[in-house]
Amino acid sequence: MAKITAWDRVMLARKMDRPKALDYIQGLFDDFIELHGDRNFGDDKAIVGGIATFEGIPVTVIGEQKGKKAKENMERNFGMPNPEGYRKALRLMKQAEKFHRPIITFIDTPGAYPGMGAEERGQGEAIARNLFEMSKLEVPIICIVIGEGSSGGALAIAVGDRIVMLENAVYSILSPEGFASILYKDSSKAKEAAGDMKATAKDLKDFGIIDKIIKEPEGGAQEDLEMVIKELKAYIKKSLKELSTLSKKELVENRYEKFRTMC
Amino acid sequence: MVIDKVKKVNEKEEKRVKNEKASDMMIGKWVKCDNCKEILYKDDLHKNLSVCPNCGKHFRLSSRRRIKQIADEGTFKEIGGDIVTKDPLNFKGYMKKVEMLKEKTKIEEAVKCGTCEIEGEKAVLAVMDGNFLMGSMGSAVGERITLAIETAVKKKLPLVIFCVSGGARMQEGMISLMQMAKTSSALTKLDKAGQLYISVLTDPTTGGVTASFASLGDIILAEPHALIGFAGPRVIEQTINQKLPEGFQRSEFLLEHGFIDKIVERKDMKSTIAKLIRLHK
Repeated sequence: MAKITAWDRVMLARKMDRPKALDYIQGLFDDFIELHGDRNFGDDKAIVGGIATFEGIPVTVIGEQKGKKAKENMERNFGMPNPEGYRKALRLMKQAEKFHRPIITFIDTPGAYPGMGAEERGQGEAIARNLFEMSKLEVPIICIVIGEGSSGGALAIAVGDRIVMLENAVYSILSPEGFASILYKDSSKAKEAAGDMKATAKDLKDFGIIDKIIKEPEGGAQEDLEMVIKELKAYIKKSLKELSTLSKKELVENRYEKFRTMC
Repeated sequence: MVIDKVKKVNEKEEKRVKNEKASDMMIGKWVKCDNCKEILYKDDLHKNLSVCPNCGKHFRLSSRRRIKQIADEGTFKEIGGDIVTKDPLNFKGYMKKVEMLKEKTKIEEAVKCGTCEIEGEKAVLAVMDGNFLMGSMGSAVGERITLAIETAVKKKLPLVIFCVSGGARMQEGMISLMQMAKTSSALTKLDKAGQLYISVLTDPTTGGVTASFASLGDIILAEPHALIGFAGPRVIEQTINQKLPEGFQRSEFLLEHGFIDKIVERKDMKSTIAKLIRLHK
């Protein structure tokens, strides 16, 4: 098999028929009930969240949701959340803490939405608040990058005790196009940028930013979702077991150290 | 006519002064205010805290001048000055650029942190500098800020951060993004300890800095007319395919939308901060 380049993975990560957050939620959990709204402004369809059970244990699940068809993708704003999306996620995470439920998040976004309304409602503040609050939540948090995780818009739901990436997912400071446009003054150099950014699962494992790479079938996760679900299930089970042995204080302190020392 | 003669002489004199100003500009003694277009003598400008005496425009400040304006003379002691730029991506030309900037700006990185006194009140002060890669946050900036926060916790001091930044530093890739989480996490410790954090937003504060420590102050101040936002205006204009209205993402706009506590002019900044610190003692 030919070597898969970083750009190939970007393309795989963005594939329209690649499984999205709700596919993983359906595959990994039972009894999912979606909960809506940030109790402040609205309900952002680019982020889904709710309660479900994982092998019988209640958990809170949150994911950035892209559409699999053009129309749905537009309704989901291509997976680019507005501030109310991040605030909904935070509301659900605080709720999880209150009821002692572990949190599992799915990251899949080209970035936080750069629109006028988003700025008026404090996109920066919403992301910052999530980073701050997630750092001190007293329940286990597992974050899974399933597609493209771009910029602060991805990080806003990715501060956790375990950070996992699917083999073909990318997690980067900005989209390769944005990166190329800033550093090479030419967005058409995105292919080159994808490699230079070091944003593949393997790169980030080498940096110590992620804990685990979940293997994908040849051609991408859509080729055999069952296989990916099986591996993810085993990893979540193992991680929750490990994390459940820690006191709340240890949990939060370990999370602090994780981000304190990773760079 | 006598009046005509006087006028002529005046015109001649004006022209001479103008030429003199022009030649002085060449050697960097003069600067044009890009708001009111007035030609300003640099020394006068700096004496006026780098605020245009004509229209009140707040010019961008180096960290050196900012520290001089805020900290009591001789009280600033640097923290984390030995933390230097890293190149985790082995990014082509990055270290060379950093070396060139160090030479040019005489600073080592885009933030300077330290302990100091402000009107006699002890505090930890972090001041970003837009002259160094647009004040962008890579590992050194994140680490210095985190150390400043941890020092504030340890020494039980209030924390003041002056922000100016284009956001996370592209050249360090994901390591830069993680600084957002690191600095925000550190602030939870200061918060838990019940200590004051004043964030001051100056022109421009955008991207990953807005989306982390800049927006997390107990009290958030801003200088007049500073550009503050998450996405840059150009990116928004490209996304929505239209021009942004005048004043969008400026301090006054953020105040109106509830994201900052107060706009403070530079001449009042030191006394305002000192007063706030005293109110939290």
